[in-house]
Amino acid sequence: MADERVTRELLLGEGSGGSQNLYVNMGPAHPAMHGIIRIFAELDGETVVKADVEIGYLHRGFEKDCEAHVYGNAIPYTDRLNYVSPLINNFGYASAVEKLLGIDVTERCKYIRVIMSEISRICDHLTCVGASAMELGAFTVFLYMIKAREFLWELVEDVTGARLTISYGRIGGVKADLPAGFDLKVKRAFAETRQVLEEVHRLITGNRIFMDRMVGVGAMTREDTIAWGITGPLLRASGVPFDVRKTQPYWAYDRMDFEVAVGKNGDNFDRYLVRMAEMEQSMRIAEQGLDGIPGGAIQVDWEGRAIDPDTYVDRGKQGKTEGLLFVPIKLSPNLQGQDRGAHARLDVPDKRVVLPSKEAAYGSIEGLMNHFMLVMEGYGVRPPAGEAYFPVEGANGELGFYVVSDGSDRPYRVRCRPPCLPPVAALPRMIEGQMIADVIPTFGSVNMIGGELDR
Amino acid sequence: MDGQAILARIVERFGGGVLDTHAYRGDHTAIVDRSTVESALTLSRDDAALRFDMLMDLTAVDYLRYPGREDGPRFDVVYHLYSVEHNHRVRIKVPVEQDDPWVPTASGIWPIANWLEREVWDMYGIRFEGHPDLRRLLMYEEFVGHPLRKDYPINRRQPLIGPKV
Repeated sequence: MADERVTRELLLGEGSGGSQNLYVNMGPAHPAMHGIIRIFAELDGETVVKADVEIGYLHRGFEKDCEAHVYGNAIPYTDRLNYVSPLINNFGYASAVEKLLGIDVTERCKYIRVIMSEISRICDHLTCVGASAMELGAFTVFLYMIKAREFLWELVEDVTGARLTISYGRIGGVKADLPAGFDLKVKRAFAETRQVLEEVHRLITGNRIFMDRMVGVGAMTREDTIAWGITGPLLRASGVPFDVRKTQPYWAYDRMDFEVAVGKNGDNFDRYLVRMAEMEQSMRIAEQGLDGIPGGAIQVDWEGRAIDPDTYVDRGKQGKTEGLLFVPIKLSPNLQGQDRGAHARLDVPDKRVVLPSKEAAYGSIEGLMNHFMLVMEGYGVRPPAGEAYFPVEGANGELGFYVVSDGSDRPYRVRCRPPCLPPVAALPRMIEGQMIADVIPTFGSVNMIGGELDR
Repeated sequence: MDGQAILARIVERFGGGVLDTHAYRGDHTAIVDRSTVESALTLSRDDAALRFDMLMDLTAVDYLRYPGREDGPRFDVVYHLYSVEHNHRVRIKVPVEQDDPWVPTASGIWPIANWLEREVWDMYGIRFEGHPDLRRLLMYEEFVGHPLRKDYPINRRQPLIGPKV
């Protein structure tokens, strides 16, 4: 009898207490959470009354690790910040250190950074929109978008040699030149992506079920969004045309013709529209970049008498380096695009900053010494003591690196301003007062990336 | 407004509270005394010419082993401000002593400061007076110490928590 009373009190809210609020724990490992995060929600019926968000499950001490290594060694760590668009992190960090050093990268390198950043941004938006559509039941959209992302990741793979942990950025340049025929591949991949976007538009933009779940859900006003420090698509969706690429152009963005997509209501649907529009703009930027890239066409191959790369390396190791630096080789010893010609075009000429080409490291004592001087402890890149903050437009908003140098070869302090921390901090505000089912699309539109949120 | 004008405006309003200003690599910095920082931040947000409506970033630096600052205050709390309206930036730093590590909270000025201050408390052990809910953000409650302090060894291990299996 007593049991039944307790059951009725707990489940039906009968008895002395009247109705009770229910506490629900979403996460840390929840199927609809793309990332490890815990939302502790207090429910009144189906309405979220109060919510608390707990993060940190993916904390791995990025900032502490950076302090323990030389400047260049932080590049692979930055891959793991936003692992959906790692190229932007690479370039952002490299640019912050370049700012601290007071150097400027070559024109061709700037264009490559722009092109690869935009391809990454499309990958990120595709993942975000696809995953949040899937959580609302539009599984087809997810499959289409992942298909399109696959075409783009093939481009990334072509350029960097990897799909996710790309480590392509270098302080003072990039690792390698674009491969031969890259512009044609981009054209093909973009044609596929445009078709997918077209199909997705027809499938869900204006779809009754999708609109019902998205319109007016998770909305934040313009003033609130600014006060919460939210940048990127979420800020633009609430009507603020803030885009670091436009407001404070870096690299070659001032030469690109593109529009900043702006929404009106700041709800999930506007965020979706902004992301869809941004993908098209990113493709425009990348195409303009490929058209205008200086330093000749991309399809430049080494001509003339060529020796086998293995022979080249063998000769270098045996010390037969006389004249080797001037011998053309068919392919670079390690990676396509890593050869001398590419390095001269791409990287700043400052030998104290940029790793030499592999031919130089293998083929001449000067190159080998240069390489050693950059990777040995106590040498390497040593910016003068000071501090610098460099913001770039990441896929989720402003991605800033604040680097403090004490004049040694290790950064004294590296701070990453994670673009998805402010929206996650504001998540309780977005979901409170709404239905529990609305948590899912709102959380999807926030596009939380555990790697950069928890660092 | 360009950086020099922003700094001039801040100095004009808080002559005594501004300890120093400098510009390095295009970033303009004002170093502000702890007793002034709350009003300086509020003014930066509300002043029509400054209008720093966005707290872009809030972090800290531990200068324990920084050459030339061994005797100075140990920490700096660093605010990066941005104005959407005027499209300009400034950096404000507040020196904090090791023995008395606190600064007034900015969570009443910008709500995002709530989480950013929790992170700084977590990583550096700097308290934010008046903060409504100063819990750790990234580490767990049982964690001992503040990992981004320079005297916290990078390879220190802490006992695993959670249910025993």
